[in-house]
Amino acid sequence: MSLLKDGALAQDPWVAVADDAPLPEDGAPIVSLARWQRDRAALRARNGALGVRLPNAAPVAAIADDLDRLTLVALEFPKFNDGRAFSQARQLRERYRYTGELRATGQVLRDQLLFMTRCGFDAFEVAKGDPVSAWANALTDFTVFYQPTGDGRPTAAALRRAGG
Amino acid sequence: MTGQIATANRLVDGAVVFRRADGGWGLRVEEAVVIADEAAAETLLAAAKRDAAAALVVEPYLVEVDAAGAPTSYRERIRAYGPSRAFHADVPTRHP
Amino acid sequence: MYQYDTIDQTFVQQRVAQFRDQVSRRLAGELAEDEFKPLRLLNGLYLQLHAYMLRVAIPYGVLSARQLRALAHVARRYDRGYGHFTTRQNIQFNWIKLAEAPDALADLAAVGIHGIQTSGNTIRNVTTDELAGVAPDEIEDPRPWCELIRQWSTLHPEFSFLPRKFKIAVTGSPHDRAAVRVHDIGLRMHRNPAGEVGFEVLVGGGLGRTPLIGKTIKPFLPKRDLLSYLEAVLRTYNLAGRRDNIYKARIKILVHDIGADAMAERVEAEWAQLRDGALVVADADIARLAAAFAPAPYAPRSPRSEAVEHARLTDAAFGRWLKRNVFAHKVAGYAAVKLSLKPIDGPPGDATADQMDAVADLAERYGFGEIRVSHEQNLVLPDVALDDLPALWRALDALGLATPNIGLVSDIIACPGLDYCGLATARSIPVAQHLTRRFEDIARAHDIGKLHINISGCINACGHHHVGHIGLLGVDKNGAEHYQITLGGRADEHAALGKLLGPAVPYDGVVDAVERIVETYVRLRQDGEIFVDTVKRVGPTPFKEAVYVAA
Ligand code: SF4
Repeated sequence: MSLLKDGALAQDPWVAVADDAPLPEDGAPIVSLARWQRDRAALRARNGALGVRLPNAAPVAAIADDLDRLTLVALEFPKFNDGRAFSQARQLRERYRYTGELRATGQVLRDQLLFMTRCGFDAFEVAKGDPVSAWANALTDFTVFYQPTGDGRPTAAALRRAGG
Repeated sequence: MTGQIATANRLVDGAVVFRRADGGWGLRVEEAVVIADEAAAETLLAAAKRDAAAALVVEPYLVEVDAAGAPTSYRERIRAYGPSRAFHADVPTRHP
Repeated sequence: MYQYDTIDQTFVQQRVAQFRDQVSRRLAGELAEDEFKPLRLLNGLYLQLHAYMLRVAIPYGVLSARQLRALAHVARRYDRGYGHFTTRQNIQFNWIKLAEAPDALADLAAVGIHGIQTSGNTIRNVTTDELAGVAPDEIEDPRPWCELIRQWSTLHPEFSFLPRKFKIAVTGSPHDRAAVRVHDIGLRMHRNPAGEVGFEVLVGGGLGRTPLIGKTIKPFLPKRDLLSYLEAVLRTYNLAGRRDNIYKARIKILVHDIGADAMAERVEAEWAQLRDGALVVADADIARLAAAFAPAPYAPRSPRSEAVEHARLTDAAFGRWLKRNVFAHKVAGYAAVKLSLKPIDGPPGDATADQMDAVADLAERYGFGEIRVSHEQNLVLPDVALDDLPALWRALDALGLATPNIGLVSDIIACPGLDYCGLATARSIPVAQHLTRRFEDIARAHDIGKLHINISGCINACGHHHVGHIGLLGVDKNGAEHYQITLGGRADEHAALGKLLGPAVPYDGVVDAVERIVETYVRLRQDGEIFVDTVKRVGPTPFKEAVYVAA
């Protein structure tokens, strides 16, 4: 796995921590939703960065009250064609105004990168293979967007209104 | 007596093709190499799958044929001989 | 009609460029089939029995003459000289070469059409009434709203990997010609007591393995809220629809499992968060679209045409065509004309490249250059002056497009079936051909009256057999083609699912069986009663006896 962020391969400072493993003293742990719910008070009291991995069957509301404390939320694509996390991402960004890192994990394909970005993802765990340039190019395939998604890209309708 | 042949669609144009004895792929079912025993059929399928991996053909599989070399299932006869009737001037149909 | 502006044009060309790159990666062996398949499907390219099949979207069934000529060009240049119009107002080309598919799509993109989202678990081509904008009973023209939905749903980043495919249909008339009750979402425009026009929203209708009639979850949705509400429905479905079983993944199963009330509540909760957001339909946006569909520059004409009256009295063939294929228009002195793609012994819904070119010419000569595609797999010239009808009829007759059988027993809806389709269990087209020959006598067909026969080659129900007055479903019995018969289905505002009559009949017996059913109806009908009403009144027993006892 490599981490793709801001159009480049990045060092991943985060470590996934199993539910029964002790939390590392420092560093940035990602815990499961189950562990977060179990140890919520203790985790919140910790110093430093915290991340939660939200299963795609869980409602985003399950972590809504904690988004102020979370610096990373990881969403899951168990298979590329299981698109639930697209909706979760938009709810996190647009409804709950979550501003931390939103990471796509699982089967993340280059031909989905633009969709993910538009839904609010800003970090991607990708299988090694395609060159970084190919991933970067995937973001430039289109310059026209028909839906407002909160990603700031102007929609076709907005351009038409501005153009008169 | 029945036998088996390997069929697939050619990647570049989707044409129905049949694996020949020389390892190439032909457009007519009559060209297909007919295999009588299971072990040889597995070998044929494995070779066909290598051609799929090499981006020559798509989704190869084995088809049962009768003693005359014609596919036994109706679906495979339509693949081999074209639509069941000449719906248009240019539609290939050559059902025996 | 709506014309692509430079924004749409840029988009569709970028899409072709992206697909061209994907195809070349595939041909070079850089992409394996399992990686490439979802990408080609998202551009409407299937691998069928004989070759690749390209499905091209005709948005809500509206084509310009120029676009129809481009379809003819694709049929001629990249295929075998014909195309097949489907029940979803799309067209399919059956013999496309992968290496040439990007070129074909580029030629189509030049006139603003494409294959995007004609496959895959996406929001599919939105469909509507083929008489939209010209039907006298219409409350409001649904096409601007269809175009709004088309744009909103095109490469929607959140809804491109839904649990299953998703079909939306819209009707602007009380008489439903768009079958909105058997779609994932059906939108029915109507007027509330305050006189405002809005949408009734139905969800969870559909055919296929589990046919269900849609349920109303919003009796009246203000027009400004259309997109936010659709987004709420789609999000609810995307998050909660089943993904563990492909046969239970459509929204109809979700609605069925949790109930329409619970579905309505969930959507309402989601919508509460969205309704005043960025998706509110701006007046300027819908006004721009409405202007694109502004009424054509009709000339003032008499509602009565002497030319028509004369031809009707002097030529019985013209009279029959006038009665069956010509439809009332909201503007006096005009009519909408249906072009039958159901000639006797022809493959239903097919048109040759030459026919398409000729129809494009006729659309310009006898109209304003517009053609519609109906979900019954026929074409429509929507704006014909009454005085032009005799000349148009002669031209269509010469093209083989004037069979006077619209809505009759030989106007058969059929999917491609086993002659083309990789999923099929039995043939559809030859069954339709045999049936049209059996009912070739047009006077007899007119006497039988309105009767829809629908044929599907497998349980996927692309031929909408559940909603045929007579439905035929191809099944396999010990390696031989058989057909299940259902009676009493209908797709209109009285939508109902047909009921299975009895055991499936073999290929060789299906035409006789249908004829016995029709004869039973003729024997039992009461004054003016159409087939499906007789079935409803007398029940299945006499038909069962006719098919299974007499046989
Ligand atoms: S109903 Fe079945 S056979 Fe007919 S087109 Fe659909 S999938 Fe193919």
